[in-house]
Amino acid sequence: MALKLWASSTANAIRISCSSSRPDFPAFSIFRSFSSVIEGLKYTGSHEWVKQEGSVATVGITDHAQGHLGEVVFVELPESGAAVAKGSSFGAVESVKATSDVNSPVSGEVIEVNTKLTETPGLINSSPYEDGWMIKVRPSDPSELKSLMGSKEYTKFCEEEDAH
Amino acid sequence: MNLLRMSAVPILEQLYLEERLLRTSVDNWCIVNDRTSRPTIVMGISGFTGGGTVIVDDGTVFVSFICNKNAIPGLQPYPHPIMSWTGQLYSEVLQGFGDFHLRENDYAFNSHKFGGNAQSIIKERWIHHTSFLWDYDIKNMEYLKHPTRAPKYRSARPHVDFLCRMKDYVPSKSTFIERTIKSVGNYFLVKPFGLDDITTEPSCTLPHSTKLLTRQELEDAYSSQSAQQSSENYGHQHTLPQLRSSCLPDEKKKIVCHPTKQLLEKETAGSMIVSDSSGAVVCSF
Repeated sequence: MALKLWASSTANAIRISCSSSRPDFPAFSIFRSFSSVIEGLKYTGSHEWVKQEGSVATVGITDHAQGHLGEVVFVELPESGAAVAKGSSFGAVESVKATSDVNSPVSGEVIEVNTKLTETPGLINSSPYEDGWMIKVRPSDPSELKSLMGSKEYTKFCEEEDAH
Repeated sequence: MNLLRMSAVPILEQLYLEERLLRTSVDNWCIVNDRTSRPTIVMGISGFTGGGTVIVDDGTVFVSFICNKNAIPGLQPYPHPIMSWTGQLYSEVLQGFGDFHLRENDYAFNSHKFGGNAQSIIKERWIHHTSFLWDYDIKNMEYLKHPTRAPKYRSARPHVDFLCRMKDYVPSKSTFIERTIKSVGNYFLVKPFGLDDITTEPSCTLPHSTKLLTRQELEDAYSSQSAQQSSENYGHQHTLPQLRSSCLPDEKKKIVCHPTKQLLEKETAGSMIVSDSSGAVVCSF
């Protein structure tokens, strides 16, 4: 357990963590000023993430994105059964300041939407990679994932963006 | 940047135009509309937010910026950087006229709001839309209830103590507009455009994110809401389930607005437009 805590702490320091659990100890809060990036997910340049599990791809927006958007007050999601296309908008996230389109990292069919976001849109802020997931898609072209960024690449992408 | 100057264009038309330019143009735009032709309630829902519900009339000046995400060097396409950049621009514009501040998402002289903002960010572009209170009719303000979601700096002040009129600070509307255009020129090469220059081909491939509601639908919604109010306490901010179910296919969409009985009783055209994605709710009266 101690080793796991240490490993998580170190991972957070370099802003990469494992997706299995969210660390819950004071040291994590020191690094809250950095956006977290999860190993094992794929990322887009418009700050969405996708997790492939078998024939289902789960999609959401990243910690970097939710941090920049501010408190989310409303989430617009498609219907189950809707078609999504890679790089195209499938919904929107409305924060106190602005509404922002969310783009799908993959093409396919929406098989499930996160209905919890209707009542609790703030899940996107508090748990962008887990409880704040937005849609689940049955991808029509699994090869589309290859062109997406891995965690290290995305971390660097965010650093470069924030450096401007 | 293309500069489009308009006068007395109805806010609904302005919103349609802005949506079209945001989604189908590749240019940067600055749109100035020096007033709207008839008093209108604009209710922001899932889309143009930050503005809540506002009453706009012929004392309101509108300035919108539609930009590609790389239009301003170093500016990231997120709400806060965009807001800061506009704050910087208007700080230059209003230098010497008052103690200008960007307060949360508003423009204020000291702590009195004179400008409200709304933004929409899409993949490669963004729009920042401002309604400036050059002047306002206190009677129109009475249609607005006190919002439950308000910026902290408002400190529960009523409309009259929270807002101010730009005309009390700036000599003339044209002074403000000319100075704004001049400041924009510090960032962009400004190219004047007329409304006639914009081709009016129907954007049939672009579904409007605003939808016309009838007076009946508004009345039905109000009745439904009044019934709900007796059993639930919404405070000052209400949802309109009737509007949602009749006009928006997705049950999850939420409309927040401030209808008043006075409004329904007023003899008006009573048209109302509701957004179902990234637009605004507009009610003309």
